Amino acid sequence: MLRTSLASRDCLTSHKAEDVRNIYFASTTHPFKDRQNAGVIGTALNVEQNLSATDIGGSLKAGTSALIAGLNASKDGAPSLVAAADKRMARVASSGELNYGDGAAALLCGTENVIARLVGHHSVSMDFVDHFRGDESDFDYSWEERWIRDEGYSKIVPPAIKAALAACKLKGSDITHFIMPSLMPAVPKQMAKMVGIGEGAVRDLLGATLGDTGAAHALVMLVDALEGAKAGDKIMVVAFGQGVDTLVFEVTAEKDKLAKRKGLSGWMARRKEEKNYMKFLAFNEMLPIEKGMRAEFDKKTALSVLWRKRDMIYGLVGGKCKVCGTVQFPRTQVCVNPNCHAIDSQDPYAMAGLECAVMSFTADSLVYSPDPPGYYGMITFPEGGRFMADFTDSDKEQVRVGAKMRMTFRIRDNDTMRGGFKRYFWKAAPV
Amino acid sequence: MARGIKDKVAILGMGCSKFGERWDSGAEELMLEAYKECLKDAGIDQNQLQAAWFSTAIDEVHVGKSGIPLSMTLRLPNIPVTHVENMCASGTEAFRGACYAVASGAADFALALGVEKLKDTGYGGLPGGRGGPLQALWNANGTAPGNFAQLATAYMTAHGVSGEDLKKAIGHVSWKSHQNGAKNPKAHLQKAVEMDTILNAPMIASPLGLFDCCGVSDGAAAAIVTTPEIAKSLGKHDIVSVKALQLSVSNGSESGHNSWDGSYFHTTRIASKKAYEEAGIKSARDEVSMFEVHDCFSVTELVTMEDLHISQPGKGWRDVLDGFYDADGKIPCQIDGGLKCFGHPIGASGLRMLYEMYLQIQGKAGPRQLKNPRIGMTHNLGGSPRENIASVAIVGRYE
Repeated sequence: MLRTSLASRDCLTSHKAEDVRNIYFASTTHPFKDRQNAGVIGTALNVEQNLSATDIGGSLKAGTSALIAGLNASKDGAPSLVAAADKRMARVASSGELNYGDGAAALLCGTENVIARLVGHHSVSMDFVDHFRGDESDFDYSWEERWIRDEGYSKIVPPAIKAALAACKLKGSDITHFIMPSLMPAVPKQMAKMVGIGEGAVRDLLGATLGDTGAAHALVMLVDALEGAKAGDKIMVVAFGQGVDTLVFEVTAEKDKLAKRKGLSGWMARRKEEKNYMKFLAFNEMLPIEKGMRAEFDKKTALSVLWRKRDMIYGLVGGKCKVCGTVQFPRTQVCVNPNCHAIDSQDPYAMAGLECAVMSFTADSLVYSPDPPGYYGMITFPEGGRFMADFTDSDKEQVRVGAKMRMTFRIRDNDTMRGGFKRYFWKAAPV
Repeated sequence: MARGIKDKVAILGMGCSKFGERWDSGAEELMLEAYKECLKDAGIDQNQLQAAWFSTAIDEVHVGKSGIPLSMTLRLPNIPVTHVENMCASGTEAFRGACYAVASGAADFALALGVEKLKDTGYGGLPGGRGGPLQALWNANGTAPGNFAQLATAYMTAHGVSGEDLKKAIGHVSWKSHQNGAKNPKAHLQKAVEMDTILNAPMIASPLGLFDCCGVSDGAAAAIVTTPEIAKSLGKHDIVSVKALQLSVSNGSESGHNSWDGSYFHTTRIASKKAYEEAGIKSARDEVSMFEVHDCFSVTELVTMEDLHISQPGKGWRDVLDGFYDADGKIPCQIDGGLKCFGHPIGASGLRMLYEMYLQIQGKAGPRQLKNPRIGMTHNLGGSPRENIASVAIVGRYE
């Protein structure tokens, strides 16, 4: 969810979130089985009214299915946000542990200023079970790779691609970028060859840098391709999972006018590497680690409070006093400015996108943190507003008084006593 | 300003339990230990008590809520008992209630008793997570040392003090309190400690190390107050009277408005100024004989001495290193060992500070007795630097 929020906010750079009419959120690891996950994204983007929110899952092609749904929904001009994310668990020493990555991508579909025009799409659906994850397991169970390659990919994908090309009135050689996630790196090349797509068009699977991000990966690779694409390029996106989704886009001249954003390369550049395998296991709850009694504090969430304060907690919306202009967080009924104290004077003021600075901080070895010491401190916003915030992605070298930070939507707590209610809030991370 | 209560209330008796990891005692035993000493010192009968104030801060983990635990434990004669809680400043709050009852004429004899039994939690430090359901959704996941460590960060930034200088100064604060605590048989920690040990101790919340943090202790303290006239009529000599009681509580400007730089206690400045006015003190640096301040962390004490208007802003660390607050300095601070060594049973601490002032003014402080102190000042802080309750009391000889 946090990756989805980051990707969605990045995606909405230069767009107004409140214009979004549909959110489709694809994953095979939605944090909640019964709670609208896409709706959490909506609230975190401060958009609720006139919003239709839909979760799509159940297959590794959920990301492309969501994209098709988003494109169809936006045909009449209603901007639709398509987000996909996965955080798949893998057993220790499994191939999944080596190959999987956690990640997210978000795309905004609409009819104005489109940077990639949909040329056409085509889908087939068939219950080819190359792997599965039953509702009693956290882990995938896979069949033999050679069978998947020979009976699955080779027999199902080429006809699907050919049908898509025919529907788009294109030849394989017209495709400039061929995107097809697979845990078998040779397969996309093989599929491309079988349908006449040039080997040079086959996109890197990002296995060396990111890993396979599951249901999100086709969209992650699409964002990667779009970053370097030129007007006129034709991008084919293929996702395989109990069938095939194929989409073809043509990049437009609008692409070069798109406001600068982080994109895949930006997020990869600001990565924080963790090379300690034991930490990797601990963070993923793969080790029964001693957390101490301080980890026992009850994390029960008052859902009624969360509902009343959802714009504050999920949207990081503070207040701006109409009388004195002071920006403050949280928004309260009485202005915090000691020289004002006006009552009922504050308009909502969104702070999630604002840069802030560290006023004071500590590295706390007493507090429970999955990654001790816990870094936190007072952050101040230049226009006003401050609060004591947990820091994330921080280390000793980066945190100092005056350091520039930005707010990022994160899991704050996980209420494991009640089946895993994730508490989300905003943490400060170095810019 | 209101007329205040200067010299309207006298302390008739006080008591204090041994502080520490009292595995042998629950809250009830600690309460009685302090109360027995207090009642004996006051020299009255329990049936003469007309009202009581009872302070605890973390009632979830020991006695529970209400005034009932005090009334039950002491078998009080069905008098009014009010339970007060103002975080770490709760002890002074109980004292304030009892004093106001006497000053108003509502009671001739009133009891204030504070207790905290913390060593039944199963872990070190204070229990966390008591801010209510909204706080739990957004407030940083922090601890007391982590919040007060930021006072050090901000102080260094505001005054251009180097990390090394500050570490030495706050190290001296703790060194001095350990020297004093070694002379106090009721203190939790009674060992003097070398500066090297303090400076090289493990980090708790940077830049605060182990010796920058006070002990978490079990303990209780109590006072019985009356009017100076009644005290005299009971044959009391060397009467200690209350000169001032002031409280200032944050309203959110520090935590929510960019006018505060994090380097000082806004409330302490206000409460102490009002207290000096109430007590008629013109120059505190010259008139106050001794301090017991809220040294929950070494840096808290250092900054507090500036906010009590004793050291100049940004210069407190120099006074500390000059020995100004040592036992043989100009104004001794934490002569009983302070929170650092006497210990910090939250609900009892404000009363424990007053207990030392009371003993010192009467010349009953044993091996740590100062020479002829006249005016003692306590400072009891609840909360964190950004949101707190500053409670100040001034007591002295009744003349």
